[in-house]
Amino acid sequence: MYRSLSTDRVFDFINNGLLLIVIGMILFPLLFVVSASISDPNLVNMGQVWIWPRGITFEGYQRILHNNEIWMGYLNSIVYTVLGTLLHLVVLLPCAYALSRKELMGKKLIMWYFLLTMMIGGGLIPTYLLVKQLGMLNTIWSMVIPGVVGAWDILVAKTFFQQNVPDPLVEAAKVDGASYFYIFLRVALPLSLPIIAVMSLFHGVGLWNQYFNALIYLNDDSMYPLQLVLRKILVTQEMRSENLSSSAIQGEALAAQARIASILKYGVIVVSSLPLLIAYPFLQRFFLKGALVGSIKE
Amino acid sequence: MNTVEALDQAGQGTDRVSQSAIATVLRNFRRTWQLYVLLLPALLYFFILHYIPLYGVQIAFKDYMATKGIWGSPWIGLDHFQRFFNSYYFKDLIRNTLVLNVYGLLLFPLPILLALSFNEVKNATFKKWAQTITYAPHFISTVVMAGMVIAFLDPETGLINSIIKVFGGNAIPFLIIPQWFKHIFVWSGQWQGLGWGAIIYLAALAGVNPDLHDAASVDGASRIRRIWHINIPAIMPTVIILFILTMGSFMSIGFEKVLLLQNALNMSSSDVIQTFVYRSGLLQSEYSFSAAVGLFDSLINVVLLVLTNLVARRTTGNSLW
Repeated sequence: MYRSLSTDRVFDFINNGLLLIVIGMILFPLLFVVSASISDPNLVNMGQVWIWPRGITFEGYQRILHNNEIWMGYLNSIVYTVLGTLLHLVVLLPCAYALSRKELMGKKLIMWYFLLTMMIGGGLIPTYLLVKQLGMLNTIWSMVIPGVVGAWDILVAKTFFQQNVPDPLVEAAKVDGASYFYIFLRVALPLSLPIIAVMSLFHGVGLWNQYFNALIYLNDDSMYPLQLVLRKILVTQEMRSENLSSSAIQGEALAAQARIASILKYGVIVVSSLPLLIAYPFLQRFFLKGALVGSIKE
Repeated sequence: MNTVEALDQAGQGTDRVSQSAIATVLRNFRRTWQLYVLLLPALLYFFILHYIPLYGVQIAFKDYMATKGIWGSPWIGLDHFQRFFNSYYFKDLIRNTLVLNVYGLLLFPLPILLALSFNEVKNATFKKWAQTITYAPHFISTVVMAGMVIAFLDPETGLINSIIKVFGGNAIPFLIIPQWFKHIFVWSGQWQGLGWGAIIYLAALAGVNPDLHDAASVDGASRIRRIWHINIPAIMPTVIILFILTMGSFMSIGFEKVLLLQNALNMSSSDVIQTFVYRSGLLQSEYSFSAAVGLFDSLINVVLLVLTNLVARRTTGNSLW
């Protein structure tokens, strides 16, 4: 007995130790970004900042506050995310509810009509040409309509309705003469808050984070979502100095520009991830639920 | 039997003789038409944004001209495919696509290992914190992820090179050396997705009957042996389903991140089929040719999905369909 206890302890020690290393490796870059965003950029660039901020300054955040492009991107992203999530629910929920009713004729065929698109699709070019032909290029619709709902979402929401809207309740309402519209709105929807939460969260995060559709469908800077503005700052690094500062100083030295670019860089990472980072601990159980309902095989 | 079906059958009983199958369907439809109205937005959306592009795939076999449209452009058969197969970049594109994906696939067991490890943690608070931290990077956007990679790997100011310099090494300009690209791409993906990938296995592990473990420890089985003989078999069906799904998107993993990390100097190892389709199709407007390349890519995906599913069903009895 003594021996098995001690090997148990060795096991725990090694297991927890390895886990701590993994957690450290995941946490370190996150902490560094936050610290670098409030540290003196020169110290950051010289590799003097590790985990704790040094030479604390909020210059980066001040510049972000006064940067119109970032604010505009933020606003656009909020509009696309809210509108896109609403559309998502409006298309998804009625469809999933209808599919959950067993008296629906041709249910199997309709389900396959949706599921088939998971395996085969037109691909990038035919989809782009269609969006173009529909006149959606450079409109808000190109941001919210393509990808508004996927076959997987339908499958998951349908399963939810089947499991969580008690049949006797629906039948009773029908005996009372309620229509399907009424039952959907007054019986099924009030019972489906968990699936609404999960679906909105996942779709909302997806919309907030996506850049590729904006890259191919939008060409007007004033419509760019935050992610495309970030792409300019972080990836292509094409922010011009007059954009970096509202009070662009003529003849600003190159070194100073690099300094600004650097402090802005870590600041925008924090600012753009802020909504999710704040919400995440509170919403974690919904996210987990979503990750799991999404994995239930029918 | 529920009320409506009962009422329905009672009704059918009275005038069954005169009723044809069509009439039954019509009557049924009159009763349930509202369900189809509820379905309509989704049906329309899928028709327009999924099935019309599917019909548009024919431009891969045509010489597409914007003025004539998809329908009016002349057929040219497999010319675009031939041009792609014979092009000098064909081999590079296939190789890069395969390398990035096979490398990613080799790391498929990592989230499983993390889940098994989490499952052994006894301290609930530590477990909760550990999970919260490992899940967090999943919510970082692709652009921010690429931005972090670029910032960290900067030869002069980047964190990674600062660490290398502290240990007396020389800075490495990672992103402009083609050989480094696969490591950067795959490991940054693991940093971001490891914890999230473990969730589903953790759920499967939560379903393991504790009695099995109790019985095994009474028989003197060590922790490792119990994990090997109880936990791993318990999550095997989940592992196989996820493996099939991964294979189904084999050729198309993460090209949005590839596109952001790619630059003129690492192109020889970072250009994959999908980034090529984007560049030649949308930047150079070679619609037909790019559609053909894209079609080739998705054909490989479908074939891989079907094959993996078949093999999994034959060997393990688990499959998607």
